[in-house]
Amino acid sequence: MGALLRFATAGSVDDGKSTLVGRLLHDSKAILADQLESVTRTSAERGFGGEPGAIDFALLTDGLRAEREQGITIDVAYRYFSTGRRSFILADCPGHVQYTRNMVTGATTADAVVVLVDARNGVLEQTRRHLAVVALLRVPHVIIAVNKIDLLDYSQSAYDTVASDVAALARELGLADTHVIPVSALAGDNIVDRSANTPWFDGPSLLELLETLPSLDELETEFEALRMPVQLVIRPQGSLAHDVADAEAFRDYRAFAGRIASGTVRVGDRVQVFPGGATTTVTGIDAGSTTVEAASAPRSVSLRLADQLDAARGAVIVAEGALPTPRRELDASVFWLGATPLRPGARVLVKSGTSTVQALVTDIVGRRDLDTLALEPAGALEINDIGQVRVRLAAELPVEEYSTHRRAGAFLVIDPQSGYTLAAGIVTEAPPASPEAVAEAEAAAAWVAV
Amino acid sequence: MSATETVPVAEGIDTLDALEAEAIHIIREVVAEFERPVLLFSGGKDSVLVLHLAAKAFWPAKVPFPVLHVDTGHNFPEVIEFRDRTVERLGLRLEVASVQDYLDDGRLSERADGTRNPLQTQPLLDGIAAGRHDAVFGGARRDEDKARAKERILSLRDEFGQWDPRNQRPELWDLYNGRHTVGQHVRAFPISNWTELDVWRYIEREGIELPPLYYAHEREVYLRDGMWRAISDVSPARADETVERRIVRYRTVGDMSCTGAVESDAASVGDVVREIALSTLTERGATRADDRISEAAMEDRKKDGYF
Ligand SMILES: Nc1nc2c(ncn2[C@@H]2O[C@H](COP(=O)(O)OP(=O)(O)OP(=O)(O)O)[C@@H](O)[C@H]2O)c(=O)[nH]1
Ligand SMILES: [Mg+2]
Repeated sequence: MGALLRFATAGSVDDGKSTLVGRLLHDSKAILADQLESVTRTSAERGFGGEPGAIDFALLTDGLRAEREQGITIDVAYRYFSTGRRSFILADCPGHVQYTRNMVTGATTADAVVVLVDARNGVLEQTRRHLAVVALLRVPHVIIAVNKIDLLDYSQSAYDTVASDVAALARELGLADTHVIPVSALAGDNIVDRSANTPWFDGPSLLELLETLPSLDELETEFEALRMPVQLVIRPQGSLAHDVADAEAFRDYRAFAGRIASGTVRVGDRVQVFPGGATTTVTGIDAGSTTVEAASAPRSVSLRLADQLDAARGAVIVAEGALPTPRRELDASVFWLGATPLRPGARVLVKSGTSTVQALVTDIVGRRDLDTLALEPAGALEINDIGQVRVRLAAELPVEEYSTHRRAGAFLVIDPQSGYTLAAGIVTEAPPASPEAVAEAEAAAAWVAV
Repeated sequence: MSATETVPVAEGIDTLDALEAEAIHIIREVVAEFERPVLLFSGGKDSVLVLHLAAKAFWPAKVPFPVLHVDTGHNFPEVIEFRDRTVERLGLRLEVASVQDYLDDGRLSERADGTRNPLQTQPLLDGIAAGRHDAVFGGARRDEDKARAKERILSLRDEFGQWDPRNQRPELWDLYNGRHTVGQHVRAFPISNWTELDVWRYIEREGIELPPLYYAHEREVYLRDGMWRAISDVSPARADETVERRIVRYRTVGDMSCTGAVESDAASVGDVVREIALSTLTERGATRADDRISEAAMEDRKKDGYF
């Protein structure tokens, strides 16, 4: 069976995300009898569709009282299903602008995002916002489902218009792997089976496509060097697990526990440890009470090293020669989730890997305009803004650019007072300097040279 | 130094491996970032699974936190026996929050329908406060219920233990934010993304021991609300209910007064895996009377601080 695929839905409010998810689960036989009976009953009680027996498929994921009362999704619902070909974790996200933070939550862990567009309305502001999030997070696969084509008599020309609009937007945003499918979530066209109502469309159904997309871990394995942030150090001393037979042999046991973020580690490998950069050799890899010869991302393991190094939580073990450049200043893109705007000079916490450090937002370089997609000067970032910022850290962090290493380039911005998660951050290269800034710098340099 | 066995390099990573890696990562994050974690341990399969994953996460050290059982006083005796044996074997400390104590001294009173499931919330919250626990591991899974499907992996609770589903913190990538203020605590759900079938496949793969009532056995039962209920002091049959001997097993293990059995001849873990793969009912739908009370029974209990 293929690797687990995590996918999320996105798109503007009411464009049919939850209905599509319910339809997908129903038609792939992932709904059990008692669940179906319960949503059929609730659909009838709420007079859905006007016909007896009509099922509001959105009720399969809109499980909160408030969601059912308002007929909208508020927070992400996670559902699980499998076909003969692979298993899926599905995150049904809300479309309403007020709950964009929850859509971001669902999208950060997705291998693929299915973006719904109501064929009658085309691309709306929230469609653009969600696609911009997907681009920011570099979700590997994007599927645009042009929905509700049943309401347009399955018209090819209506579909073509919307499809070419979205395709143009996807290109502008630099989205990598984009697919477009005409669907009716309500009627089930092109969801699991290819529909006879769209003879003019010769692509795969949504499920066929989802079954064949490579997951992030499949895309990323083998390419990258070993990197493992240390979560904690395991030193049992007197406190051994009950199934350790030979207590004497484990008296001085010391191992670095973590989840491999990238690459493969083998016994005998030479590795380096951040901070400090000391080089040593892997003498053992433990996965529970089993000793393994090698392990790859995204496994959780414990590494034993030849030398007694002074490393703790926050340390990072990497392949020899792959030590990241420690950074005190970050250029970053952020998606701002906080209710109060971000202004230059804000003191925050930055959590990256297993480190949390104090930080100062020194500059807001700009805010991405949703219409033009250009970076425009801004004095502050408001909720749901995507912006470019500079951050000074109180301690060095071993980050990488997100575009080359997701797990090493993603970070949280946290409010030190309330503890709230204020932003999703990704480490970028320095933004191209504006012509004025370049001229200024040159003038300054010339002045110094004189 | 030698450990128990050496296995060859695995080719790729399957679903169970991916779920295991994620769960161990979560357990280690919580232990690293919190002062006094505790694991809710009932002896049911999901809490047994979390304990097994915790043992793997810290091996060869012992599990570095105690376990807490909210004892309704209506437990299956074989589950209590299993609980005590497991805690003893792993050398862990067991904290018990007893619903019976609250009933005895009048802090709580028995419900008309006799079920004690909703009565667990107060003893649970008091137990968390008494142990000064800032993080509480639970074995809840998102596929169990439509309200649970909405829960974060790290879920913040206020001073009253309440869950606010309309206002959950964003949870981004696998960077868990455990910051909380005094009085708040965090519930952590390492097996959020496991299905019932994943749990059973993993139990089979790892050879994890469970209380015997998860497997087919003969028991005196009667039919109520379409579920087979065990005969016991706390769950007697009414005059109009016929008691008979049937071959049954339990898919979930909770309070005897509200947990039903299913007819099954699945006597081994392999049989159970096959049975679940073909099942047409969800586990809670098949076995939990407490969730049938209303459409949003679980959501309402969770808002009040239930697990
Ligand atoms: N005719 C028709 N109606 C649809 C289709 N898909 C969804 N709908 C209807 O559109 C409305 C909104 O559907 P939902 O699935 O709740 O939309 P959503 O995108 O999940 O909305 P939010 O989660 O709140 O953003 C419901 O009344 C659906 O029945 C479709 O393909 N055809
Ligand atoms: Mg929805």
